[in-house]
Order: sequence, then C-alpha cells, then structure tokens
Amino acid sequence: MSLSPYVPIVGLFALAALFALFSVAIAPFVGPRRYNRAKLDAYECGIEPTPQPIGGGRFPVKFYLTAMLFIVFDIEIIFLYPWAVSFNQLGVFGFIEMILFIGTVFVAYAYVWRRGGLDWD
Amino acid sequence: MKPLAQDPTLNDFGHDPWWIVLIKVVVVFAFLVVMTLFAIWYERRVVARMQVRPGPNRNGPFGLLQSLADGLKLAFKEDIMPKLADKAVFFIAPVISTVCAFTAFSIMPFGPVVSLFGHKTPLQLTDIPVAVLLVLACSGLGIYGVVLGGWASGSTYPLLGGLRSSAQMISYEVAMGLSIVAVFMTSGTMSTSGIVAAQAGSDTHWGPITAPSWYAILLLPSFVIYFVSAIGETNRAPFDLPEAESELVGGFHTEYSSLKFALFFLAEYINMVTVSALCTTLFLGGWRAPWPISLWAGANSGWWPMLWFTIKILLLLFVFVWLRGTLPRLRYDQFMRFGWKVLIPANLIWIVALSGIKTLQKSDWDGTKRTMVVVGVVILLLIVALVWPSKKEPEKLTVADQIAARPDGSFPLPPLDLVVPVNPRAKRITASREEPVTVGAPDDSTGPKEA
Repeated sequence: MSLSPYVPIVGLFALAALFALFSVAIAPFVGPRRYNRAKLDAYECGIEPTPQPIGGGRFPVKFYLTAMLFIVFDIEIIFLYPWAVSFNQLGVFGFIEMILFIGTVFVAYAYVWRRGGLDWD
Repeated sequence: MKPLAQDPTLNDFGHDPWWIVLIKVVVVFAFLVVMTLFAIWYERRVVARMQVRPGPNRNGPFGLLQSLADGLKLAFKEDIMPKLADKAVFFIAPVISTVCAFTAFSIMPFGPVVSLFGHKTPLQLTDIPVAVLLVLACSGLGIYGVVLGGWASGSTYPLLGGLRSSAQMISYEVAMGLSIVAVFMTSGTMSTSGIVAAQAGSDTHWGPITAPSWYAILLLPSFVIYFVSAIGETNRAPFDLPEAESELVGGFHTEYSSLKFALFFLAEYINMVTVSALCTTLFLGGWRAPWPISLWAGANSGWWPMLWFTIKILLLLFVFVWLRGTLPRLRYDQFMRFGWKVLIPANLIWIVALSGIKTLQKSDWDGTKRTMVVVGVVILLLIVALVWPSKKEPEKLTVADQIAARPDGSFPLPPLDLVVPVNPRAKRITASREEPVTVGAPDDSTGPKEA
C-alpha cells in the first residue's frame, strides 16, 4: 500500500497541530494562578494603559496600501513561476511575452513610486 | 563523477508504506524541535563570544541544556489572558504560527535514497511538483499568526508590532519570491529534489580545484537577494523592527506568556531553520557534499548527506547570528524603502537580463546578430540613463528666510537672538587637547587632574 505524496504533508501538519493545541490547552493548568488586577491590564511599561476602542481601533492607511501592493506583486510572482519552470521550452516567444508582462506591471510600479506610494514618512 | 542513479526524482515519492511515512513525520518533527533548542543555545553562545563574554555554560555540557531548561521554565509560568484580549483569537494565533512553520519543512530534501528496514526510500519526507511554492504558502499563512496575535492582545504595542511585522513580512516575501524565479528558470523544476539534482554533475574544474555548480555561484544576485529578504522575512536583526525593544517593548507577543509565548518563539526559530534549509537546497547544492569532501566516493550516498545538510544549515544560522552581533537596527522607513525600491526592481531587472542572456544563448543566430542585439540593448540603456529625470532637492532656507516667508497673521515669534554660552568645561577640554600644557599656567594647578 502506498500513499499519495501529499499525505505526508498532512501528517506533519496534523502532528504540529496536535502539539501546538496541546501546549496551548495545558498552559493554564500547569502554571500557577495568582490574581492581580494590574497583571490583566494592557502592558505599557508601567503607566496607565491608553484606553482601547473595542475591536482594535484605527491604524495608518499606509498598511492597507502595502497589502494591496503585495497582492499586485504576488500575482506577478504566481504568473512568473510557471513561465520560469517551462522557460527552456518556450524560446524567444516566451521571452518577449514575459518582457511585455513585466513591463506592464512595471508601469504600475513606476506610477506608485512617483505618487509617493512607496514612501514611508 | 558520482553515479546519479540514486538521486531521487519526483517519481520516487508517494510509494512509502504508512509506517515509513509515520517514522519520517516524527523524525522531521523531532529534527525541527531539536534544531530549535540547539539554535537558541548556538545563537546565545556565538553572540556571547562576539561580545567577549562566556554565554550560557552551566546547564549540561557547554550549557547545551540551557534552552531545554528555559522551555520547561516557560511551561510552568502563569498563563495570562489580558482583560481586553479577544479570547479565541488570542488562543489560536500561536497555533497558526507554529503549525505553518512546521508544515513548511515537509519538502526539505535531507539526502538520497537509502534503505530503511529493508525498504528503499528517499531521505525526504515528501516532494511535490510545487514544493517551493508550499514553503512560500506556509510562510505567507504564518503571517496570520503574527498579525492576529498582535490584534487580539487588545493593547497598543502588540497591535503596532503585529502591523509592522505583517507589512514587513509581505514586503520581503515579494522580494524572496522573485529572487527564486531565476533558480526555476535554470533548473526547470520546482520540486526540491529536482533542484538539488540539477545542481549536481556540471562542476567546473580549475586545475586541482573544483568549483561546485551551485546556484549560489551561477546566480549570485539571486542568492544575495534571497538571503537579505530571508532575514527580513524572519524578522531577524538588523531587520527585527517588529520586536524593536526600544520602540515596541516586545512587538506582537508583548502580552503573551507561558507556553503560548514559547510557541511563538519556536515558530520564529523554525522559520530561521526553514529559510536556511531552503537556501541550502536552492543555492548551496542541497545535501551534496562540498568540494574537498566530495572527492571521497561515499560522500553523497547513504546517511552522510544528512550531516552535510545540517552543517550547511548551521553555517547559514551562524551568518544570521553574525549579522545580529554586528549591525545596528534599521529605521522602519529605511527598511521598507530598501525592500520596495531596491530589492524588487533589482530582482525584476535581473530576471529580464538573465532570461535575455539565456534566450540569446539558445537562439540559432550567428555572432554578428548577437553582437548587434547586445549593442542595441546597451545603447537603449544609455539613452534611458541620459533622459532619466534627475531629482532636484529643494534648496534649504536659512532661518531668517523662513521667518520672512511666513504668511501674514502667523503666530508671533519670540526674538531669535539667543546666544548659547560656551560651556566652561568644554573649553577646558578643548584647550588641554589643543595646546600642550605649559608649566605655571594659571588653570593648571587648580584644574582636575586627568585620569
């Protein structure tokens, strides 16, 4: 009997998940429990913690922009991988196609650069 | 040349019976845990040696059991759940980080085909046609653990640390993903065993010295970019901004304690081992012995390759520690600028240049046509360089000009005529440095003696 090559990945995943869930689950029971109100407050180096709005509050829009740029480039990578693997069979046609593709993404990249989307003040 | 027949290929995977799969899963799991314990001790010892102090040397031989003792101590610490934390997410975040870190290692090749209890099997848990993509996917999913852990803590520092980490990790994941495109182009496969096999067998000989056909040499720019982005990806110094102690206390895991903190710590070190192992596989010839050892015929067969693989990982981990011991931390804007404005365009240009060179080599054009293409590209680059808009820095205004340029109705300014008196102490120090002390000088007898 033999198993698909994907099964061992699931096996390692399952073992790691069991280990991690077990550790997280036993942590409250093996450690001591000594109640102290200050211990349960947010840690801010000893000062009174700043009030937090429920649900995490707001953070700079810059992070959203980075995430969106990441999607653009990640999709570029996903398209580049199959091209790279079969590069030897594609020849000149594949090369020119990929120049056009990278060039197109590069236009968007140059635009973001000029508009200051990559500057982190 | 060594026989290549024992090299595992994609077809050799998926034939193991269930008990061999089970043994391999447990061995890989144990390898990662032991490597983590060892890497923590190793890092502390190496960085201590760099700072001229002994480092942990009390528990066990050479202090080797120190990290085990630390792990056990963490298990018996109080598990604190902050009042404002989102309980379910706070619980699950370290699990996500750890599981992703472990799973990423499942496709690392440790060695060639060996015989295990009479059953021939490759020294590798498994291999799939998109093996390297699996590593990238796992490190991408691992970011969820960090950002959710930071968000669920309900506290300011972890939130900022988690956001910073996620922005940093996705930025450097782009650079990392682009840097290995050149490896796929050269090897023509994405399976890790295939990439190791592709790096064997075409060694260059310079007299007695044999240069290995490692992609680190063949594709040097890719190797450099990969390693730099791997440091950014694993949040290590000098790119350890999410854990910048002076700004963010501990970053995303500030509120974590006990075994939950230990899991984050474990995930971080496993990620270090994983990027080192991937670097070894993609660029440093994988489990194959380097040159002087490879002269010995048995070096690349049997169980020995596991040793070479581990040694290569440890050498790369040493470089991680070395960088930590040497370089100061970058500022966040410098760091993001480096990732987006240097690494990514350099990567794209390198990919285009490499594919151009390879296409030119393969084409059946004669010498004149090739030369014309090369000259054409050079002329094109020169034209681009000539018309590239130069950046004009705005002229710096003096204080007086700035005051004059203020619009009417601005808030009043006090007179800016403060003259800072010279510090008498500074004067004495400068004087004693510049002029040789003359005998009988009025200050000399009363002033403090120099140590």
